[in-house]
This record gives sequence, structure tokens and C-alpha cells, in this order.
Amino acid sequence: MDSLLNSDRPPVFCPGCSHDRSVNVLDRALQKLGLRGSDVVIVSDIGCSGLFDTFFNTHAFHGLHGRALTYAAGIKLAQPDLKVIVTMGDGGLGIGGAHFLAACRRNIDITLLVLNNFNFGMTGGQFSCTTPEHASVSSSFLNALEKPFDLCHVAACAGAPFVARSSVYRKDLPELLKEAISCEGFAVVDIWGGCPARYMKKNPLSPKEIEAAIEKLPTYQGVVSANVRREYSSHYRQAAAKDRREVPWQGIETIFEATVRERREVVFLGSAGQRVITAGGLLARAAILAGMNVSQKNDYHITVMRGPSVTELIFSPQAINFTGVEEPQVIIALAREGVRRCWGLFEKMKKRGQIILASGVEIPPTHGQILEVDFKAGGIKKKEMALAACYLLARDRDPITVEMLEEALKQTFKGKMLEEARGVIEKAASISLHE
Amino acid sequence: MGLLFIDGNQAVAMGALYGGCRFFASYPITPASTLLSAMLETLPAAGGIVLQGEDEIASIGYCLGASMAGMKVMTATSGPGLSLYSENISFAIAGEIPIVIVNIMRQGPSTGSATRGADSDVQFMRWGCSGGLPVIVLAPANVSDCFTLTVHAFNLAEQFRCPVFIASNKEIGMTSQTVDMERVEKPLIIDRTLHESGPFLPFQVNPGEDVPAFLPIGGPILVRQTSSTHGPDGYITTDPSEIQAGVERLQRKIEANIESFSYFDLEERKGARTLIVAYGITAGAARAAAAELFEKQNVPVSLLVLKTLWPVPEQVLLGAAGGMEQILVVEMNLGQYVQEVRRVLCNQKVDFYGKMSGQLISPREIIKEVLGG
Repeated sequence: MDSLLNSDRPPVFCPGCSHDRSVNVLDRALQKLGLRGSDVVIVSDIGCSGLFDTFFNTHAFHGLHGRALTYAAGIKLAQPDLKVIVTMGDGGLGIGGAHFLAACRRNIDITLLVLNNFNFGMTGGQFSCTTPEHASVSSSFLNALEKPFDLCHVAACAGAPFVARSSVYRKDLPELLKEAISCEGFAVVDIWGGCPARYMKKNPLSPKEIEAAIEKLPTYQGVVSANVRREYSSHYRQAAAKDRREVPWQGIETIFEATVRERREVVFLGSAGQRVITAGGLLARAAILAGMNVSQKNDYHITVMRGPSVTELIFSPQAINFTGVEEPQVIIALAREGVRRCWGLFEKMKKRGQIILASGVEIPPTHGQILEVDFKAGGIKKKEMALAACYLLARDRDPITVEMLEEALKQTFKGKMLEEARGVIEKAASISLHE
Repeated sequence: MGLLFIDGNQAVAMGALYGGCRFFASYPITPASTLLSAMLETLPAAGGIVLQGEDEIASIGYCLGASMAGMKVMTATSGPGLSLYSENISFAIAGEIPIVIVNIMRQGPSTGSATRGADSDVQFMRWGCSGGLPVIVLAPANVSDCFTLTVHAFNLAEQFRCPVFIASNKEIGMTSQTVDMERVEKPLIIDRTLHESGPFLPFQVNPGEDVPAFLPIGGPILVRQTSSTHGPDGYITTDPSEIQAGVERLQRKIEANIESFSYFDLEERKGARTLIVAYGITAGAARAAAAELFEKQNVPVSLLVLKTLWPVPEQVLLGAAGGMEQILVVEMNLGQYVQEVRRVLCNQKVDFYGKMSGQLISPREIIKEVLGG
């Protein structure tokens, strides 16, 4: 195959820069693979490695510092047949560390070439995550305080199935890159070279010295057998093809007459685990079965299994413009946590308002009429109280009826869950009330 | 099909599917994480891709890659995550990469309150990235708007090759409402214009046009994308006149077309001397307030609900405010969009009412402001 180098735009690196060599090595690897320019995208990072895409007649994507792996992953997922090659320096690797780890873990078929020259060449030779502690760079003494990392070791630990380290001067580097590009998965090649303009001014680095330094480190020559596994994008497609779910949101048909003529506000004040949001959803569905407009707004702690659980419902034959509750007609007070959260709400309640109060729950002074219910005595468990309260509302036909509630239960639950819910309704029906 | 009972985030997911979204990536953040769930429940089964990124920077990065490879893409976050999107948003502007960014706003500053709504980011979405070039921001006022405006957002992103924001709010995104889908507006779908014939330069525009034709990375014709200042060929340019022409075009392609996507509702009442201007979740309270003022207190007040926030639909504002003695801007923050209204209506008295306590602004508060003003 022909060279994919862009004859209109020859490399513009400093004299003696190892990147010149990397450009030619990559071209030879692409030739060995017999790839056309349109089979390949070069995603380049920032810095001198960020110039690579301009030297090739391939697809090209040049983005932000350290983020090249993210663009590459998006491209590969969208165009699974494309060969995706990322060129990045040691600087980009450091700033994009999280993406490097994620790429190793995720194993999308991308080849990452780290053009490792131990410093930020373009910005003045500052230290990077691979600069040796003993090197003299433009960051004064700072690099002496930080330990450089072995990116091959990190890649292997994080799950990359192909990891190799090589001097840019190695004769068979094109062959190694060919293997890396052919590997179906995330392949990392750590290519060591020198930056004559910055790093090598104070830290001489001959090809022999590079070779000697690499030999002192653990060897990475390609396939990491422990990490060989399925490639992510093909795996994703296979898994997604099995996902036969239908769109989860289905309409609720009107089968009952509406029971309310004007806006009604109902608030459940409970605690985590009392299923107040589920009960609110049932009440909502029951009302929608009668063609009413409903809104439901929930409030609970980030730690969802502890603390207050509040649900606010609005029922209206007209459109609901304002979704906040101002003067609730009904408060269902089931637990101290929820009551504490909405203490001020009781004050706002008008005389015609109704409060269903679980025995033992303290509430502030209020104008509303209190209906105290001893759920416990009625054999109703903590997690059943909210549903039982729905029944008490339905029995008074405000804002729903018992028939509407039963239909909502039938549409929401199946099997054992439905039986249990019906059991709660029966227990609620036989409860004795003290006004 | 009956009434749907869905929240704003689910409606955005439905709108995205309808609008042709094929790729969604985001990092979980309250109150946007239920949108990630909704996309996972629907998009893979519809043949699309959902990715949970390792962070917000990655999530938008995945989208930009997939968009350039030809897919319609969307990401979702809230204030803290939007901060991390910033650099990639300016890339999407510079590289003319279509993307829909859903911002479910919550109480700031900083980490703020994850489960409390606020219109925290109204200026941030416009000005929160380098370069100062315009973006499109659409603000749904309720659940059904979430559907319609998301479809519009995809269309505009495709049409103008730019980032388009959906500026939602926890109070819309996580509050369920009944929606009659048969009555919800469903815009026609627009796809990006593809390059058809002749030599292809990735950022070349045809004479008289401002948006370059698109080809995907990965097709038979080579495509270049770059975040660097570039000429029509997608290579770095240092030519000052080419640079200036490039940024002016990026500005013009959005701002010159504002009238084609100025979405708003105007409730005009005869004899009104006050105009309320609202957007987002507060629009509902303002609607209720205006209705009550008229029906119960015989005070006619007009209401302008803006659904396009950026670029500022100046003609809409000027038209609605003409002849009004008082303009009252109501928003769930300490006064952000009111600055734009004051700029546009510089000869009129523009008052402001807002709060940022995690609580909704109520119709009662708005009525008090109108009568007291």
C-alpha cells in the first residue's frame, strides 16, 4: 500500500525530534496493514503530539488537552469499522488520567500511542507525570518531589489487553504498532523519545540511554493475557440487541367520572420505607383514570433509606400551572420526619382541611380537622400506612373513589404484590376511626 | 392513547428519541441522573448507544466524537457538571459540532443543594466558555415543553451545527405531570445538511450561507475536525482576515436567525399596563397569578413566557412590552435574565422579583409584586 503521509504538509518538528521518527513509523505500520486513509482516523491530543493528524491523509480529529481518548471512543462506537488511533504525549496522559484508566477498563478498540518525551515541550519544558525525579526541567525542583509513574504498569493494572513499551529507535517498531492496531481492544504503546528543544538540553538522552532505561523497567511487549476479553463496542451492540423493552411510558385511559371540580392539594408526610411515593403514584393513577390532571412532586434525602419522605399531589380538572402546594386540603401525617420537614404547612391549612394523622405522630397547631388513625391497632404495618391512607381518602370520595383506587392497584401491581395491596385495603376498611 | 404521567426528564428522553437521538452519554448527577435512567430504558432498545462516562468532561467528549461520526447526540447534567463541560462546549462552538446539552438546573453556587431547583445557570450557559460566541438556549416551562423543545433542540443543533441547551430545572425534570401526547406539538425532524458533490472542505460554506455542509468522520471522503482556529480546510490558520471572518460567521449563523426559533407564549389582556416576563418553572406560577389577577381582582396583566432565552429574542420582548407601564421579570435566582430584559427595554421601567431558597415562587408572591409595584 501507499504511504498515507500528507505530502502537502510535511512534519514541522524541531531538528532531532523523535516525533519525526514516530510519524514515519506510524505510516509504515498503516502501510503494512494495507489501510486506506478513509479506513483510519487519527485523534490527536494537545502539544507536539497534537500535530500528528495534520501529517496524514486520513480522517482527523484534534481536540482538547487530555481528552483525545473520549472523542476516539465516541467515534469508534459510532463507526465500528474505523481504525481509531490516538496520539498523545505524556502531558495529555497526565491531565487525562481518568480517561486513560476508563479506556483500559472499558476496552474499546482504540490504539493509544503515547509519545513519551518526559516533559511538556510546547509550553516550555515543564515536568509531566513521566519526568524522572533526577531530571533537570523548567519546573525548578518540583519534579524532584513527585514520583513519575510507569504508564505501562498502570495500563496493565487497569485492564488494557495490549501494553507495550518501546524506544522510538527500535527497528521493529512498525511491526509492534501493526500488532497494536490489529489487537481488537484497547492497545497502549509507550514510545520513548527525546525532546531536543527542551528536555534534552539538560538531560542528554541518546538512543542507547533510552534503551538502557527501558531495560531497567518491567517488560511490556504486547498482549497482557490476563486482560484479554471482549471488545466493548461489539459487546455493547450484542447486549443492546437483546434489549427488547418497550417504551416504558404508556398512556392511562379515562374510564371513570372525575370526582373533583376544582384544584385539590394532598400531601403525604412520611419517612423512608413508608412507600409514600408509591402511594402517591397510585393516587395519581387513580385520578388520571378519571381524566383528571395530576402533578406529583417528591422530596426525600439523598440517603434514600433514611429521613423524611414527602410527596405532594395536585389534582385538577383544569390544567395545573403552578405545581407547588400552598394550602393543602389534605395532609396525611405518617411520621415525625416528614412532619418536621413541612412543619409550616399545618399553619397554612384552612378550616375545611383534613389531616389523617397516624397515632403517636406529633403535629403543630392547625385549623384543619384531625382524623387520628391507629394503624398499628388495625394490623397495618409501617410500610402499608400510606396505601391504607389512600383507601381512607377514597372512602370519602375525595379526590378518588374506592373503585378508582382498586383499578389503579390492578394496573400497577401483579401477582403477590397485588394480593398484598388488596390485603392492606381490607385491613384499612375495618379500621375504627376517632374524629 | 390516554394521558401520560411522566416527569420532565422522561419527556426530554421521549423528545430525544423522537428527534432522532442515537447517542447519549452522561455522568450521574442529581437532578439529571433520572434522564440517564430514562435514556437507558429506551435508547439501547431502539438501537442507540448510551454511555455512562467516567466524568462530565468525558461524557461530553464521547458525544462530540460520536456527533462528528454522524450521530445525533445528547448529554445531560446540572450546574456542577456544566462547569466541567465548559471547555468542550467552546470546542462544539468552534468545531461546529451538533450537540444537545440538557441542563437540569439546581440550587447553586457550587455543590449547592442537589435536590433543590433554581434557575442558577441562565447567564452561565451563555457566557460560561471561552470565546464569548453565542449558543442557543431553550427553556421548557412544563413537561410537555420538555418534549417539544428537545425536538427543536435537535433540529437547531443539526441546522446550525452548534451546541443547543435545554435549560430545565429540578422542579420540572423531577415533577410528574399528566400530558396528553396527542395535543403536544411535534415538530418536523431536520437533519444536518450533507455535502453532496464537488471537492469537500470541512468548514467551507456555500455563497450566501453560514453553515458548512457536513460529512461524517469514517465515510469515504476524508473529514477533518479541529478545536484550533482553522480555515475552511480544517487546518490551523494564522491569516487575521480568515480568523476574523471565521468567528464572525460563528456569531452570525446563530444571531441572524433568532427570529426563526424565537419560541414564546404571549398572553395579552386588554387594558393591561403590566407585563410579566417569566420562563421555566416560574412561568406556571406567573400564568396562575395573571389569571387570578384578572378573574378575581379585575386587574388585567399580560404575560410573556420566553422559551428561547439565548440569543435574546429582542423583537419578541420589544413587541410584548410596547406601551406597558411596568415590566416585571420573575425568575428563580437573584436576577440573571432581568439584565437582558433591562438591556433590551432600556427606556422602560423593569422590576425584578426572584428568590433562590430552594422553594418555588408562588402565584401569591407574584400577585403581591404586581399590586405593590
